[in-house]
Amino acid sequence: MTRFLQQRLALAIPTILLTSVVVFLMLHLIPGDPASIYVGENQATPERLEAIREQMGLNRPLYVQYADYVWSAVRGDLGRSLQNDQPVTKIIRERLPNTFKLAAAAMVIAVILGVALGLLAALKHNTWLDTLSMSVALLGVSMPIFWLALLLILFFSVRLQWLPATSQPGLKGLILPAVSLAMLSAATLARLVRSSVLEVLRQDYLTTARAKGLPGRTVILRHAVRNALIPVITVIGLQFGSLLSGAVITETIFARPGLGKLVVDSIQNKDFPTVQGAILILATIYIVMNLLVVLSYALIDPRIRLG
Amino acid sequence: MAEALTREAAHAAALEQLKGRAARSLWRDAFSRLRRNRGAVAGAVIFLLIVVMAITAPVIAPHDPIKLNARNSLREPGREFWLGTDQFGRDILSRIIYGARISLMMGFVSVAISVTAGSLIGLLAGYYRGPIDMIAGRLVDVMLAFPGILLALVIIAVLGPNLRSAMIAIGISAMPIFIRVVRGSVLSLRNSEYVEAARVIGGRDARIILRHVLPNVLAPIIVLASLGVPAAIISGAALSFLGLGVQPPTADWGEMLSNGRSFLNRAWWLSTFPGLAIMVLVISINLLGDGLRDALDPRMRL
Repeated sequence: MTRFLQQRLALAIPTILLTSVVVFLMLHLIPGDPASIYVGENQATPERLEAIREQMGLNRPLYVQYADYVWSAVRGDLGRSLQNDQPVTKIIRERLPNTFKLAAAAMVIAVILGVALGLLAALKHNTWLDTLSMSVALLGVSMPIFWLALLLILFFSVRLQWLPATSQPGLKGLILPAVSLAMLSAATLARLVRSSVLEVLRQDYLTTARAKGLPGRTVILRHAVRNALIPVITVIGLQFGSLLSGAVITETIFARPGLGKLVVDSIQNKDFPTVQGAILILATIYIVMNLLVVLSYALIDPRIRLG
Repeated sequence: MAEALTREAAHAAALEQLKGRAARSLWRDAFSRLRRNRGAVAGAVIFLLIVVMAITAPVIAPHDPIKLNARNSLREPGREFWLGTDQFGRDILSRIIYGARISLMMGFVSVAISVTAGSLIGLLAGYYRGPIDMIAGRLVDVMLAFPGILLALVIIAVLGPNLRSAMIAIGISAMPIFIRVVRGSVLSLRNSEYVEAARVIGGRDARIILRHVLPNVLAPIIVLASLGVPAAIISGAALSFLGLGVQPPTADWGEMLSNGRSFLNRAWWLSTFPGLAIMVLVISINLLGDGLRDALDPRMRL
């Protein structure tokens, strides 16, 4: 296990570093001079540009600037926002909990809904319940998050006036964003659970279990579902990434002050240090999550480690 | 004598039958399987209708999609404006008809970018292995390190928000899956006997890759592309919705939804119909794509 862990870490760390190269280069790939991006195009006098270059170290070689960027990032300094001159790290730290809450709530909804629909479809294979569950799943994967969110607001906020349309602290404000974010993952999970359970139901050991006279319920719960859910666990972990990126859209619609909305707002305001910082953090969280998924999978199923 | 003749005839008939079967290529088999799939046919019909709608937009759209007319502001769906109007008095139906052009373009151009670039990199990495493969592998790792739409956002932050950047951004961010799948297929092909044979008779690499390897990885590429188009349409609409794709006043479904957001409590039709249009288009391509997948590779079920 230790060796497996080392191998995985050895893969993840260069990936994070390369990600930071991409994020660092963003500013330099934008057509035009990075200094004038910092100053803003209107007040760019040659003297001011030179002063900014000096101050930000933009006239040093690129690799020196990169090393500096990474070294500062490791110490928790991601530069200052061009919008309000606050440290980017501080802005991100304020917003991160909101995104986590949203993603976690969506995850819970997606798992409950997805596993329930998938199990129902598989155990009632080829009945109207199967068709219905899979139709809901098809709808879920075909429906853009942003449209679903608007429809939910139309129905639950405008018409019924049960739930707030914009973010409010507390559980009530979390329901609509979490449900709209969860739908896609729930639908994906439902399809996966269904095919996974159907696959297991065909296995010989289930016939054996039935043949030796175990009651149907025991066969399904103890033998079929338990084995069918192993691949599902991995996908649940991987779905967390899609929830993080879905948060970009959901947070914007529901005006939730999270990391996703921060990225969108900062791109629109050309606040590049904030864009870089937020994206670097989101990508790092995602890489670490994937690492944890693979490790947990290896714990559950020893064959993974050997393979 | 008669017996010999019958035997000969039977032999000839059997040969004929064999020939007939050999003439049925993978593609013809696939097409006939596709035609028998009702979902796929329905998807294809709806999809073609939307394509025709997009092409004939100037003829069939009842109103101008862009011209402002304050007098008709926020009309409810009715006889003159079937799907209502927006706050500028523009006809929603006409904007949806014109918007199909943007969505189709977004879907197909982005996927064309990811198919071309991704397959090329995948072919080279799988065929040559070595340093090219290593660089391609790292490239894929880094691109996949940005969850979902984030890589597209990075690219748009660099290129600036507009339709062209959105298509490039979506095209590039969908590339890794093509690289991976094509590379994997090529790896299993490159040591096969017929590729070996082509090499032995002195075929040049370019010829071997194009004539012998590429045709055999075409099926997975097509399947992936058919999955990629609806995803690209949704991502494109999402970018426009976020204000980072198509810019107003161009008629685009995502942009229309974003506009409708401000009128949720006064004009439900603004944010209902464009979304429905996206979903119908996406479902039609998904149905067609599912059919294509089953037709091209009956063993591959996702």
